[in-house]
Amino acid sequence: MKGLSVSKIVTALMLAGLALLPLYSYLSGNIFILTLFTRIVILALAAASLNLIMGFGGMMSFGHAAYLGIGGYAVGMLAQEGVGSGWIQFPVALAASATYALVIGALSLRTRGVYFIMITLAFAQMAYYVASGLARYGGDDGLTVYKRSDFSGLINLGNRTQFYYLCLACLFGVIFLIWRIVNSRFGLVVQGLRSNEQRMQAIGFPAKRYQLVCFVISGTMCGLAGALLANNTDFVSPAVMYWTRSGDLMVMVILGGMGTLFGPVMGAVVYLLLEEVLSQITEYWALIMGPLLLLIVLFGRGGIMGLLGRVGRG
Amino acid sequence: MLLVVEQFLNGLQFGLLLFLLAAGLTLVFGIMDLVNLAHGSLYMMGAYFAATFAAWTGSFLLGALLALGATLVLGIVLEMSALRHLYGRDHLDHVLATFGLILFFNEAVRLIWGPAGLALPLPAWLTVPVPILPGIHYPAYRLAIIIVALLVALLLYLGVMRTRIGMLIRAGASNREMIGALGINIKLLYTLVFGLGAALAGLAGLMQAPILTVQIGMGENILILAFVIIVIGGIGSIRGAFLAAIFVGMIDTLGRAFLPNLLRQVLSGAAASTAAPALSSMLIYLLMAIVLVVRPEGLFPAHRR
Repeated sequence: MKGLSVSKIVTALMLAGLALLPLYSYLSGNIFILTLFTRIVILALAAASLNLIMGFGGMMSFGHAAYLGIGGYAVGMLAQEGVGSGWIQFPVALAASATYALVIGALSLRTRGVYFIMITLAFAQMAYYVASGLARYGGDDGLTVYKRSDFSGLINLGNRTQFYYLCLACLFGVIFLIWRIVNSRFGLVVQGLRSNEQRMQAIGFPAKRYQLVCFVISGTMCGLAGALLANNTDFVSPAVMYWTRSGDLMVMVILGGMGTLFGPVMGAVVYLLLEEVLSQITEYWALIMGPLLLLIVLFGRGGIMGLLGRVGRG
Repeated sequence: MLLVVEQFLNGLQFGLLLFLLAAGLTLVFGIMDLVNLAHGSLYMMGAYFAATFAAWTGSFLLGALLALGATLVLGIVLEMSALRHLYGRDHLDHVLATFGLILFFNEAVRLIWGPAGLALPLPAWLTVPVPILPGIHYPAYRLAIIIVALLVALLLYLGVMRTRIGMLIRAGASNREMIGALGINIKLLYTLVFGLGAALAGLAGLMQAPILTVQIGMGENILILAFVIIVIGGIGSIRGAFLAAIFVGMIDTLGRAFLPNLLRQVLSGAAASTAAPALSSMLIYLLMAIVLVVRPEGLFPAHRR
């Protein structure tokens, strides 16, 4: 059974579970679980976008939560100004994220390694402060989105099930896109740059340009997650961009398995469920989560996907 | 005139405080190649220790000294128990592991001291204004911070450049295998350096404590400023960290103090009061962006090869 490894079976089970979740929620009458998983799916989308640059591109961005905020604020601000149409809100959210990624990427990619980590972190923190200073849009307290994006009757974002499936479709769409990118010539160049930038440059590839395009694609995808997140919580505040959020996203990617297609989804599901379960056991859940992260880093090479791979090989 | 001098000194004081934090961060990075996000937690612990010990002993100075010792010990314990195993690993592993430590410390503080902040009251002799120029007074405590931080910076410089331990530290930074081969106990050296960095962070935290409240997460925002400083100054360079810290402290303080008025000259009142807070908090990041465009390695890179 070579084609059917343990990690593939577990991934398939997880995806089937995600697809059938509204059915379970409907049958058991548990509405909370659907709300929880909508959030998980959206953050899985953000983690998948981070994985594109971090896992495949080798660019360790510690400021990915900024796009969640930019996408969210694009929706929230337009809604506040009376533009309720999702056909306008979502493209603006994506365009704003892409523009931010282009500027930040062009500056940050001048550096590498630990400098890159710190720069992306600092720029995201700058975005956080800018949002805190937006007095017109709630400043520190955040901005309530009174009406969810309106897709001219095609899909109703106010309906839990429809919204869940929209988020899931976005997640699958993004993962499909990442799969196509990673296996394209462009994706192979970006992965080559991760392994050996000098050599790729010597062959004649303009390294920074490839990396920048990849960075922008990833940021745009995460902006989509931000627009969905604002719709999910009916609220957007600077706190979505806080640097611990970027840290959470990184943890999801590493936990699931960096540089694997479905690893970030797995990581998001496990991390957020763990957070949920631990916070029900004790108010001081981070007291357990923190050392757990340390142990995962010290002993868990390759994340859950790596672990499953090892189990599969026996 | 009074305001200008006062804000200038405030900027200097803030910059020196940032230096204490950035110096530990850059030492640990330069020598052990370890990215320590939990450095801000040590800053927070310094403040909490000081507030607690000062309340127990009833003396600010005694409390501060005990807190300094306690953060030193905490740093050493942290290095020996957890961080030691991260040396030589990927930077990403450092970021994640120390991110976990931040969660742990924040939660531990909430468990021990509760979610509400603490206050660290100053003794009466530190609250009086001191005349520094004819007609200009400045709070004694802020002046004390400037003096202590300058002394520590001087001691650090002399310690690293003029003593045997300092020589070993510099040697370890440039080639760790070689000084191990020469029979130096690197493990002990690393532990000492980490303890020193922790104590510096603790000192910064306890000195800042009477000015701000002592609260959970107080180390996180200032940690990011420290990152900006070591990126501007060049990672691993203490001299770079010193100059960049003063620079950042000045720009941040002066920007917040004078930018609103400057903007009001150009823009209408309402627009200026909206833009000013956002713009003044962006200033240092813009500065960092400019430095990166001109000198990607920072202004004073430590290793030139």
